[in-house]
Amino acid sequence: MPLLWLVLIVLAIAAIGYVVARSRALASTGGESRTLHSLPSYYGWNAAMKAAVPAFGILVLWLLAQPFYVNNVVSGMIPESVIDEGSSRNLVIAEVRRTAEGIEQALNAGVLDPTLANDPNADVAEITARLKEAGAIVTGEITQIKLQAAQSYRSVSASGGLLMAALVILAALAGAAFAIRQTHPNFWARNTVENGIRYLLIAAASIAVLTTVGIVFSLVFNTVEFFRLYPFTDFFFGTQWAPSFSGRGGSSELGVLPLLWGTLYISIVALMVAVPVGLFAAIYLSEYASSRVRSIAKPLLEILAGIPTIVYGLFALLTVGPLLVSFFGDGGWLGVSWQGGGRAVITAGLVMGIMLIPFVSSLSDDIINAVPQSMRDGSYGLGATKSETIRQVIIPAALPGIVGAILLAASRAIGETMIVVLGAGAAARLSLNPFEAMTTVTAKIVSQLTGDSDFASPEALVAFALGMTLFVITLGLNVFALYIVRKYREQYD
Amino acid sequence: MNDMRTVERAVDDKTLKITAKAVQVHYGETHAIKDVSVDIPDKTVTAFIGPSGCGKSTFLRCLNRMNDTIDICRVSGEILLDGENIYDPKVDPVQLRAKVGMVFQKPNPFPKSIYDNVAYGPRIHGLAKNKAELDEIVEKSLRRGAIWDEVKDRLDAPGTGLSGGQQQRLCIARAVATEPEVLLMDEPCSALDPIATAQVEELIDDLRSRFSVVIVTHSMQQAARVSQKTAFFHLGNLVEVGETNQIFTNPIDPRTESYITGRIG
Repeated sequence: MPLLWLVLIVLAIAAIGYVVARSRALASTGGESRTLHSLPSYYGWNAAMKAAVPAFGILVLWLLAQPFYVNNVVSGMIPESVIDEGSSRNLVIAEVRRTAEGIEQALNAGVLDPTLANDPNADVAEITARLKEAGAIVTGEITQIKLQAAQSYRSVSASGGLLMAALVILAALAGAAFAIRQTHPNFWARNTVENGIRYLLIAAASIAVLTTVGIVFSLVFNTVEFFRLYPFTDFFFGTQWAPSFSGRGGSSELGVLPLLWGTLYISIVALMVAVPVGLFAAIYLSEYASSRVRSIAKPLLEILAGIPTIVYGLFALLTVGPLLVSFFGDGGWLGVSWQGGGRAVITAGLVMGIMLIPFVSSLSDDIINAVPQSMRDGSYGLGATKSETIRQVIIPAALPGIVGAILLAASRAIGETMIVVLGAGAAARLSLNPFEAMTTVTAKIVSQLTGDSDFASPEALVAFALGMTLFVITLGLNVFALYIVRKYREQYD
Repeated sequence: MNDMRTVERAVDDKTLKITAKAVQVHYGETHAIKDVSVDIPDKTVTAFIGPSGCGKSTFLRCLNRMNDTIDICRVSGEILLDGENIYDPKVDPVQLRAKVGMVFQKPNPFPKSIYDNVAYGPRIHGLAKNKAELDEIVEKSLRRGAIWDEVKDRLDAPGTGLSGGQQQRLCIARAVATEPEVLLMDEPCSALDPIATAQVEELIDDLRSRFSVVIVTHSMQQAARVSQKTAFFHLGNLVEVGETNQIFTNPIDPRTESYITGRIG
């Protein structure tokens, strides 16, 4: 665990820096801490900070950059001729990496002689046998070229690791020394530490933002790749979804419309359930319920939000679906035979609606509670009843927030997967009948990526295009929700 | 009918509008109003004064049963409006509040247009048969609220966009739009600047010709300026009630005198 050791060494240097700087600060005024600009511990923290932060920065950057560099070196060693047809350079490099890891494993297990491991002309068959003996994974056949590539992979990695350790420790020492030299009664250690804390917080915030950007980029590259292989007009305007995994290329039809329609249809059914029920529940809780009922009912309602969606999916599959079939199915109580099976838009929509009730009700409840009491008093004082007050004063005043809550619930509905897989089935179709099975974008992303998927084929890459479409739609919804909320927020004060 | 009443008034100018008898109010364990009996005459401004927490606002809210909206509040005793007990189970508090309007301490226009704010009461009580009648009611009420000239060109603008004094006059216009018989005002000027206060006080004096007005105020000068009768509350008790002149110049109870001269408060 050299990395762990490295981290511990840096932390130790920081700790020593803290102690030294603190005592140096105290010593510089003869133990009189009042004449120091800052409390002694700030001088200590200054040293610890300057030792640890640059060192860890270098460490992280190096760890991120090294694989690229090593891959580059190894990639240069592999001639075009050894790459099999149907394979790619990346696959070969992956094999080289596995071989290198295998050699490491074998060396640690003591079954491989170090001189043999580093011999570029070693017998490939023997190396393979030793690796297998050590329990390493050997997928492809190890050739001489791959072996040499693996060996250089090892040596480059090892020297890189060594260089990194040296640099990191040096940086930590230099930082600590610099901070200790800075320590002086007139040095503004307190303000320096304050600044450091600010940058720490900025770093935490930017990690969240950068991750979002990273997710978008990872989608963008694969989406662009997909559109190189598959015409985007067929994707956006195609009405057929019929991917084929057996026949290579060409024969798949990847039209997004049936999936988008399924997503929208199920979401609309879900919102038709969730919005009235959730809103009425919120109104009851905030306006009618006594505080005792409210204190019990609200947490109970919010439990609904904590149930994993797969459980809702089971509920849809085992309870709601059969129940609906017994009403609308062949020989059902209503005497109609609209519904063929339990899996249908209405099943998934109903259950998803139930899932969304706490989202709508909890947010709306908070928003309705935020409407000032003076509004209610004003309305009651004019001789309005409770429900008149709610309809004509409170709901209009709370409307922007309620719309925001509904749009938030809508983006949840659009992104929901498990309930759809279990409740609505997997058939992509364009139909208006809510009793038919349909599927959504998210469910199809899962089915396109599960199992053995070849990430070079449009059938797998389409998942990224679907994800991107979904991302854009939900982003649009969220932006719209924010816009609505901002625009109407300051109606009452 | 109206003529009859005018004649009656000429005979006895001080018809009693509201009579409270032995009113007790409890907030949970707190005894907020202790055995208060008071008569409020018609077409008069009656001021309730007293130090903070003395129960004057609580008592005011009893007069249109606004305290019903507070769970822990219990009211006992009798309050007669035109001889009818408003706490009788047969009385609908919602109907009562249409007859006894209220203006609050902080201006609280609804987040609607100026027009809709005033039309709110007439609409829920069905006072207008058509749009033209509603327009007429709105204009009349805004004129009575002494704000018509300022807002007549922007009736569609939100009521919350007005200045504080304008908002309060809008709320008064909103309250008079339902043609109440009594108008309760809970410190209506405490959030207003002196100029807006003067405007509202002038308005209160105008309103006296049509309504019985009850006003709660912290400002003794205001009580002296606008009211004909004054009631002094202290620690939940009604200490003294009488003509405003008499209360301010020649109080009977020593507590009233101390409060007016600024020794308790």
